[in-house]
Amino acid sequence: MAPISEGTAVRAAARGAAKRRRQALVFGLFGALVFCALAPLVIILIYLLAGGLPAISWEFLTRGPSNMMRSGGIFPALVGTFLLVLGSSLVAVPLGVAGGLYLSEFARPGPFTRLIRLAVLNLAGVPSVVYGLFGLSLFVVFLKMGVSVLAGSLTLGVMVLPIIISATEEAARNVPASHRHASLALGATKWTTVRHVVLPGAMPGILTGAILAVSRVAGETAPIMFTAAAFFLPRLPTSPLDPVMALPYHLYVLSTEVARADPRLRTGTALVLVTLVLLSNLLAIVLRARMRARQGGGGV
Amino acid sequence: MSSSPGADRASLNAGGVKMATDGLSIWYGSIQAIKNVTAGFASNRVTALIGPSGCGKSTFLRALNRMNEVLPGVHTAGRVLLDGEDVYAAGVDPVDIRRRVGMVFQRPNPFPFTIFDNVAYGPRRHGVVAKGELAGIVERSLKEAVLWEEVAGRLHTPAMNLSGGQQQRLCIARALAVRPEVLLMDEPASALDPVATGRVEDLIAELCKSYTIIIVTHNMQQAARVSTKTGFFLHGELVEYGPTDELFTRPKDPRTEAYITGRFG
Repeated sequence: MAPISEGTAVRAAARGAAKRRRQALVFGLFGALVFCALAPLVIILIYLLAGGLPAISWEFLTRGPSNMMRSGGIFPALVGTFLLVLGSSLVAVPLGVAGGLYLSEFARPGPFTRLIRLAVLNLAGVPSVVYGLFGLSLFVVFLKMGVSVLAGSLTLGVMVLPIIISATEEAARNVPASHRHASLALGATKWTTVRHVVLPGAMPGILTGAILAVSRVAGETAPIMFTAAAFFLPRLPTSPLDPVMALPYHLYVLSTEVARADPRLRTGTALVLVTLVLLSNLLAIVLRARMRARQGGGGV
Repeated sequence: MSSSPGADRASLNAGGVKMATDGLSIWYGSIQAIKNVTAGFASNRVTALIGPSGCGKSTFLRALNRMNEVLPGVHTAGRVLLDGEDVYAAGVDPVDIRRRVGMVFQRPNPFPFTIFDNVAYGPRRHGVVAKGELAGIVERSLKEAVLWEEVAGRLHTPAMNLSGGQQQRLCIARALAVRPEVLLMDEPASALDPVATGRVEDLIAELCKSYTIIIVTHNMQQAARVSTKTGFFLHGELVEYGPTDELFTRPKDPRTEAYITGRFG
């Protein structure tokens, strides 16, 4: 090691300081950008919490609306949204997982498969109000289901089908080929390989897609306007062919149709809706983390 | 599952031909990867296949349990005989062949399940559900793969947490659990460190008492250490095939000599 002269050391220190300043500047910029991305979410949450929290009470969650929807609670809408989420999941998850696995594992590459994939992508881009009209003409009118939980669930199910198909296909493709080969080399059939190796490996990804779908179903207004939602229905549905109230539509009605409504009812309803969606996302994250932990870290 | 241990079944015919190829050719699309290879593999022996990268030895190996069919665009001609019967004959289910002819891959590829579930995977797919029976198979297979001592206390932890060498022995145990007659090994130690490689080689020597083993390797010392017969592949041809000590000390073909003396490859 040659001794460093004093002048060199001073210059090196100055260069180091300049570098550190540049680094601090860039990091600060990144921080500001992250803040810009998060700010709307934080502002919305603050707005909802400030305006909605005073409205939240046991009665608000467990009672129906009263006094021409100018007071009372949201219980029927809460139940209705729950039923629609459940019903549409029953429709979309089995079909979507089967479709995604078909595309990733069984479909032969070719123009037909490309066409299917293109159709799935396009379906994901269709505006939700178009799904509403589709559900109205097919399920409500043509199949004579009327405005009902059933028709709404089917409509919402069709709407989120592309999300689940794409998520499943993507997740199945990410299962390493070496796992499939290991299974086949043990004398497993193609189907058992898909069932016992590909599907479990794809499960975290499928779950993510399913929860995205649930969030969408819980929040959409347009598809249920014509197919499932009742303007005002203080009692709960007794059959799948009954209409229901639902949180997003209730919010829409409160905001546009009800004169002199208590604004706290609106923000309270919105707060409940957002909380439900955030909770379901949280649940998905926890489930996925637990699945990953069981499958083991490291990996090959 | 057969109830008779593999050792009894195979040793009846030790040294006899267990598997053979007859005029085997394989194409990837229009490129011929294996050219008219005829060879026999002795029962309860280790046969090594050596050759430079891309010589077709792994392709040849995968033809023996019909794993090439899993890859798109592979076309096979000629016969592969298992106990004298063509595994490519019409009406033969590749699933049955793969059960009798097991395979261990180049890179350890345990499933992202627990150690127990990895070994139990094959037997479960073949209809073993009784807990006691499965536990017995898992223990026997892990002991055969000389892994039992290391994992007995943590059978229900993720296999991915094992070291690379342990993962490869787990994959061997998983292959043994379905009681194959033949075990194909595709460079099973190439991704392992020297200590783990040594353990896998010792294991191979032990396993050939019960199984017929065909191993692909590009490590000539390894072929010399573990095998009784060796085949040298070059450009898709089986250039030379004979007893390992003869092939390495008195090769008949100048190309073999060039390869084993390190002039190419």
